[in-house]
Amino acid sequence: MTKLFQSKDVILRRLVYLGIKELSSIANDVIIVTSSLTKDMTGKEDLYRAAAIRALCSITDGAMLQAIERYMKQAIVDKNSAVSSAALVSSLHLTQLAPEVVKRWVNEAQEAVNSDNIMVQYHALGLLYHIRKSDRLAVTKLVAKLTRMSLKSPYAVCMLIRITAKLIEEEDSGSESPLFEFIESCLRHKSEMVVYEAAHAIVNLKRTTSRELAPAITVLQINCGSPKPTVRFAAVRTLNQVAISHPAAVTACNMDLENLITDPNRSIATLAITTLLKTGAESSVERLMKQIATFVSEISDEFKIVVVQAIRSLALKFPRKHSSLMNFLSAMLRDEGGLEYKASIADTIITIIEDNPEAKETGLAHLCEFIEDCEHTSLAVRILHLLGKEGPRTKQPSRYIRFIYNRVILENPTVRAAAVSAMAQFGATCPDLLENIQVLLARCQMDSDDEVRDRATYYSNILGQQDKSLYNNYILDTLQVSVPSLERCLKEYILGTTEEPFDMKTVPIASVPSLEDKETKQKSEGMLHSAGPIKPAPISREENYAEKLSAIPGIQSIGPLFKSSDMVELTESETEYYVRCIKHCYKHHMVLQFDCLNTLSDQLLENVKVHLDPSEGYAIMGEISCPKLPYNETGTCYVILKFPENDLPNTIGTFGAVLKFIVKDCDPTTGLPDTDEGYDDEYMLEDLEITLGDQIQKVNKVSWNTAWDEADQSYIEMEDTYSLSSMNTLDEAVKSIIQFLGLQPAERTDKVPEGKSTHTLLLAGVYRGGIDILVKAKLALADGVNMQLKVKSTQEEVADLIISAVG
Amino acid sequence: MDGALLEPTLYTVKGIAVLDNDGNRILAKYYDKTIFPTAKEQRTFEKNLYNKTHRANAEIIMLDGLTCVYRSNVDLFFYVMGSSHENELILTSVLNALYDSISLILRKNVEKRGVLESLDICMLALDEICDGGIIIDTDSSSVVSRVALRTDDIPLGEQTVAQVLQSAKEQLKWSLLK
Repeated sequence: MTKLFQSKDVILRRLVYLGIKELSSIANDVIIVTSSLTKDMTGKEDLYRAAAIRALCSITDGAMLQAIERYMKQAIVDKNSAVSSAALVSSLHLTQLAPEVVKRWVNEAQEAVNSDNIMVQYHALGLLYHIRKSDRLAVTKLVAKLTRMSLKSPYAVCMLIRITAKLIEEEDSGSESPLFEFIESCLRHKSEMVVYEAAHAIVNLKRTTSRELAPAITVLQINCGSPKPTVRFAAVRTLNQVAISHPAAVTACNMDLENLITDPNRSIATLAITTLLKTGAESSVERLMKQIATFVSEISDEFKIVVVQAIRSLALKFPRKHSSLMNFLSAMLRDEGGLEYKASIADTIITIIEDNPEAKETGLAHLCEFIEDCEHTSLAVRILHLLGKEGPRTKQPSRYIRFIYNRVILENPTVRAAAVSAMAQFGATCPDLLENIQVLLARCQMDSDDEVRDRATYYSNILGQQDKSLYNNYILDTLQVSVPSLERCLKEYILGTTEEPFDMKTVPIASVPSLEDKETKQKSEGMLHSAGPIKPAPISREENYAEKLSAIPGIQSIGPLFKSSDMVELTESETEYYVRCIKHCYKHHMVLQFDCLNTLSDQLLENVKVHLDPSEGYAIMGEISCPKLPYNETGTCYVILKFPENDLPNTIGTFGAVLKFIVKDCDPTTGLPDTDEGYDDEYMLEDLEITLGDQIQKVNKVSWNTAWDEADQSYIEMEDTYSLSSMNTLDEAVKSIIQFLGLQPAERTDKVPEGKSTHTLLLAGVYRGGIDILVKAKLALADGVNMQLKVKSTQEEVADLIISAVG
Repeated sequence: MDGALLEPTLYTVKGIAVLDNDGNRILAKYYDKTIFPTAKEQRTFEKNLYNKTHRANAEIIMLDGLTCVYRSNVDLFFYVMGSSHENELILTSVLNALYDSISLILRKNVEKRGVLESLDICMLALDEICDGGIIIDTDSSSVVSRVALRTDDIPLGEQTVAQVLQSAKEQLKWSLLK
C-alpha cells in the first residue's frame, strides 16, 4: 500500500485515497499511512491536499487528531476552496469521534463563513451550527448575524432557513419576529431551491395561521406550473401536507391541481388528486373518482394505497357518497395488485361498513364477490371472519352462506377452516338456517384436512345441543385471553405437577386495543379481532410489562398481572425531573411504576424513590428504588401496594407523592460526580389517583344482549339514576362514562347516532380477580344528561362499587 | 406524511447510484448506515427502483421512504436518494452535478461502455460530489477539474498548444526509452 504513494500518476494516487476511506472502518494499523497522508496534506499539490485531508480524517482517531490539529486549522482557512471545504466536511465527520477537539476550531469556521466560495460558506455554516446547536443563545446570535449579511450560496440559505425555522419553533415566536420575516423574504429569493425551502418551512411551522400561509401557497401555486417535474412534485407534495391542516388555504390552488391530474408523472397526478380529495367539496367527488379511475392502473402500488386512504377519509367525511365510492373501490379490488394494496382496500371497505350502516349490505356483497377469486389467503380469511360476524345480522343472511360454502369447496385448508367457523356463526345466530348449516357442516366433516374436520365436528356438536348459552360461550365469544400469556401459563403448568386441571381464569385477559392505537395503526376493528389463530397476535403492552415486572423480586409472588394503565404524567415535561407513572393492577395488589427522567446535566441522582402517602385502607408492601439516575436517562422505581381488603369503596383514592433522592453534583460533560458526598433532596409530585378504571379490564362482548339476558340467573343486578349536569351532548357523556369506568363498549354503542335525544350504551369488562361486569346505561338528553345505570356482576360488592363510584 | 421540520444538517444525500439498462449496478454508494446496511438489501432496492423507473421518464419517485430523483441516458440510469422530507430541488442539483460531470469526463458520450472505461475517474468524481452524505460540490466543471482528468484524454482540438507539445514530448521520450 505504501508503495502506491510513490506513484506519480495523479489518478492512481487519488484512487488510493478512495481505497483508504473505504477500508477505514476495518483497518487497524493506520499509523503507517497516516504519515504519508500528512505529507500529502501539507504538500504543494492542491489536487492531493483536499483528498488527503478527507482520507486522513476518515482513518484518524482521537489521539492522532491532536497531532494534525494544527494542519486542520490551517486547512479550514486555506484560500483554496477545495481544501477548505474538505477540511470543514471532515471536521463535521469528526464531531462524532472527538467533539471536544472540533469545538476548538470554531474561530476558523467562523472565518470560513465569510468566504467567497459558495460551497465553503455552506460547509462552514453547517459545522458552526453543529458545534453550537446545544447552545440556543449562540445559535440565535449566529442566525441574527447571517440573516443580515445575505449569504451567496443557495445551499447555505436553505440551511439557514432550516435553522431559523427550528429556532422559531423552539421559541414559539409569532409572525412579527425578525426570524419569520427572514424566511418570508426568502420567498422572493432568486434561487428556486431557496424559495421552495422557505415555503416548505412556513408550511411546516406548527403555529402558522392561514394569513401567514398565503404567500407560501402562492409560491407553491406558481411552482405547480413549472416545466420541471421535480419542482411540480415538490410543490404538490407540500400542498398535500397543507391540505391536512389548512384545507381552506389550498382551495385557491384547486384549478392548478386539476391541471396536474393529467400530468405524465403519475406520482404528481396521484398527489394532486389526493390533495383535491382532501380539499374538495361533496359535489366534485364523483368527477374526481372518474378521473382517478382512468389512470389508477398505471401507478405503483404505494400510490394506490395513498389513493385508497384518501378515499377512506373521504368516505368518513361524506357518508352519503358511499355508493359511488364503494363502486370505485370494488372496481379497484378487481384490478391487479399486491397483497398490501388489496388489504388496504378491504380495510377501507370494512371501515365504511362499520361506520355507515347503510353501506353494510353493498359492502358485504362486494367483499363476497372479491373472495370468489382472491389469491391472498390471509385476506380471504379476514373477510370470511367479517362475514361471520356481520352476515347473520343482515336482512338476508342466507345469501352469504352460498359464498362461504363455495370457499369450502374450492380453497386451501386455511380458508376452508375459516369458512367453517363463519358458517357456524350463522348457525348460532339464525335459528331458521340452523338445519341447512348442519347439513353443510356434516359435509365438511369428510374434509381431507384435520383442522377443517375438527372445527366442523366441534361446531356441529355444539349446534346440535341447541343451547343458547353454549353458542355464546363457544361460537360467538371466542377466548378473550392474550395468546402469548396463554402460552406462557400453559408452559408453566406443564412444568409443574399436572394433577389439578388447568385454570383458564389465571390467564390474564387480553386487553382490547384502545381507540388511539387503532387510529395510529389505521387498522379497523374487524381486522384486529380476526387475529385469533390466523395471525400471531402482537405482544401486548401488558405482556411486555408483565415480563419486566416478573423479573423484579417481590413482585412475582403476587400473581399474574391483571392490567396496566396508560402513562400518567406526574410533572410537566419541562421540569427538572420528569416523572410518569404506570399503574399495574394485580388481584390483590397494585404496583406503581414510576419512570423518572433526570433533565439536569450537572446532577447525578442516587437512590431515587417515590414516597407515597396512601389513602385509608391501602398498605405499602414494599418499595424498590432506582440506585442511580444520570443525566438524560430514564430510571424506574416501584411501589407495591395492597388493596384494602373487604372494603371496595376505599380502593378508589388519591395519593400524595413525593420524589426523594440523593443529589450529587457532577461535571456536565463526563457525568462523573465531583464529590462522593451528596445531599438529600425531595421534589413534590402531583397527586396520583387510583380510579375504578384502573381495576377493570376491557372485554369485548360480541353479542352483548344475549350475555345480558343470560346473566339473569347468576348475576346480581343493581340500578340507579343520575343526572350529569356538566354534560351537554350525549356524545360527550358516552365518552366520559367509558373513560371513567374503563369498560369496553359493545355492539358499537359508543357511537351516538346524530340527532337523537336518547341513547343506550352497553359496556362490558372484568374486575380484578376475574369478576365479570356488564353495564347498561340509558342516556337521555334533558337539561344536561340524565342517565339510568344498570349494573350486573357476579359479586354484589363490585356492582355496588360501580354504582357508588359513578355518583 | 407528517410535516416534520427538517433537521438542520449537512447530511443531505442518502445514496447515489448508477445502474445500467438491465438494472444492474455500475456504481453505487450509500451514505446512511441505517438504510440498506448490506449489499443484498441495496441490490433489492436497486432492482425495485429500476423496475419502477425505467419505463416512465418522470424524474422523481418516492420509494421505501426515500425520495429518489433520477435521469437516464442511452443505457444508463442515474439516481440520487434523499430522505422523504428532503428538499427535492437540492437532490436534483446533486443529480445534475453528477450527470454533467460524467458527461464532461466522457465528453458527452454518456454510455455504459464509456463509464466502465473511465470508471476510476467516475468514482473520483462521485467522491468529489458527495462525501459521507455531505454535498461537497455541485458545479460540474469544478468537480471535473478536481478529479484531474488525464490530459491525453482530451481530444486534440480542445487542448492548448502547450499541452499538445507536452504530450508529444512525453510520447517521444517513451518511444526512445523502449
